[in-house]
Amino acid sequence: MSLNKTLVSMEYLLKEAPREKHFITGAQAMAEAVKRASVDMAIAYPITPQSEVMHLVGDIYAQGHIKEYYRAEEELGTMSAIAGAARAGVRLFTATSGPGLLRGLEAIVSWPGHRVPCVLGVLTRVVNAPLSIQPDNIEMAYLLHSGVVLLHAENQQDTFDMTLAAFAITEKVDVYIPVAVATEGFFVTHAKGYVDMTSEELAFNEPDPYAAPVPAMDNEVPPARIQRDAPVQKSNFMSYLIHSVWQQEIWDSNKRAMKYIYQYLGGPIEVQNPDADVFVLASGCAAAQAREAHRYAQEEELSVGFIKVRAIRPFPKEEIRAALKNAKKVIIPEHNIIGWLATEVKAAIPNSGIVVDGPRVYGGMTLPVELIMEQVYMALGMKSETLQA
Amino acid sequence: MANLGPADYSPYPVATYDGILTPPEGKALLLTDIVDEEVAMREIARVMLTSENATIFPGPQVLYAWNEEAKKKATLIKEMAEVLNAKMIPMYDYRPKYPKIDAEVEINPNHPNLTIWHNNIKACIFIGVHCHYANVALKIVRAETDCYTSAMCALSGHEDAMATIRDQHSEDLARFIQVAREVKQELGK
Repeated sequence: MSLNKTLVSMEYLLKEAPREKHFITGAQAMAEAVKRASVDMAIAYPITPQSEVMHLVGDIYAQGHIKEYYRAEEELGTMSAIAGAARAGVRLFTATSGPGLLRGLEAIVSWPGHRVPCVLGVLTRVVNAPLSIQPDNIEMAYLLHSGVVLLHAENQQDTFDMTLAAFAITEKVDVYIPVAVATEGFFVTHAKGYVDMTSEELAFNEPDPYAAPVPAMDNEVPPARIQRDAPVQKSNFMSYLIHSVWQQEIWDSNKRAMKYIYQYLGGPIEVQNPDADVFVLASGCAAAQAREAHRYAQEEELSVGFIKVRAIRPFPKEEIRAALKNAKKVIIPEHNIIGWLATEVKAAIPNSGIVVDGPRVYGGMTLPVELIMEQVYMALGMKSETLQA
Repeated sequence: MANLGPADYSPYPVATYDGILTPPEGKALLLTDIVDEEVAMREIARVMLTSENATIFPGPQVLYAWNEEAKKKATLIKEMAEVLNAKMIPMYDYRPKYPKIDAEVEINPNHPNLTIWHNNIKACIFIGVHCHYANVALKIVRAETDCYTSAMCALSGHEDAMATIRDQHSEDLARFIQVAREVKQELGK
């Protein structure tokens, strides 16, 4: 590292290193995490609202914090280049948004099977026509079955911490699949919040490409003169079996990531007021509004709890099942039309009838706390002024 | 026809489906139990010494002299094979072998069951195989054979092996050889 940084473990960086409070945007928070992650290479193609992040990453490349950085031809090229660079055993970062994510998806879904460790920033925006750049996290639904580990940041602080943690999690030998850190475009990326950050003099230990579950493609040094992911395209039972266990291994790796989500982020969910009758459960930016609804409810002395879901993949089924064991209703506010989080929760708990679908906003709408409170009042059998009107 | 394992042809009963994950640092995994390393070492030695056609499968990380540790490990693995009365069949690369693998002389992560079936191997040790390829191979072996699998891993271990020891470096292999000698003496082998 040319800037004479002190290299430290992620454990130290996240849990012990002194921090200072800064008032910055979510895009700055993600770039500041990248600055501290000893990233070898960043590759991206600009798209709003991700372009703010990658612009800042370009700045820190110019300052010498990153060794290589280039703008690819488009997102499929970007994500393919990330896969290629990973084979050389380097630490990688990229980010995208909405339509860019979908354009790169063919390459992204191949990353886990190729055991590509990298960090993908997902700064959400709408994906469908008519064209819009507004925040909406429906694109995350397309990542749910891709095999990647998927974290969802509530705010600027989460964006900083999760992005840093992602660099450690993705390189664990028993994980070694990509980690995506998603947060809402504009609501988080372009809004400022307080972030406790470590000194930029400290950076994460550099990667060890030999501590990997696959050989790096160093063609000069055995035992790497090995074809790594040969196609298994013969039409026979053996080929089917190879592919099936390969898929199992991807999802096993995804499951193994959970212990590191506990280690670095304190676990996949946060629970407040665990004995409540009614819960508001949310992820990402919606969790900030749900947290505020919980505060309102506390002030009104209502039996309302709060659950924030940090990890979307691996999905914390057991933790959510335990947290909702005695719940009478769970309200799930979301920033998308389909309600992918509500679907996940319904599949995780035995009594899915307690799930209240929504409130949902999409297409760039904000999520007023009052919308959530209306559902809270209904769940508790109370009357709300809005509903009466 | 091959002898099938408890999962028959289904690849699905992988260990994580039962909530079993790689062992924590300093510990080993024996079937579903987290145990002390020495307990696992003794069990691996016992199974290898009492099973038909016990075989060690050394992988690229110990087959090629790419660093001093690899050379040390390779020497120790030869000694280990002698102590365990085991054969050695190498996994020297990771390509699927078409049209047909020579199961007498090699094993491959994409169809490891062919080598195990052909040689009627009832116990084996994977060592020096990159973790991804060890994991896919162990899943197939678990699903397709009745071979008792052990994994001696330099990194974090393998839950799909019936016995796995993690963070195994040359000094640990030397310790295992010592344990194996003791077990061999106890068994009168």
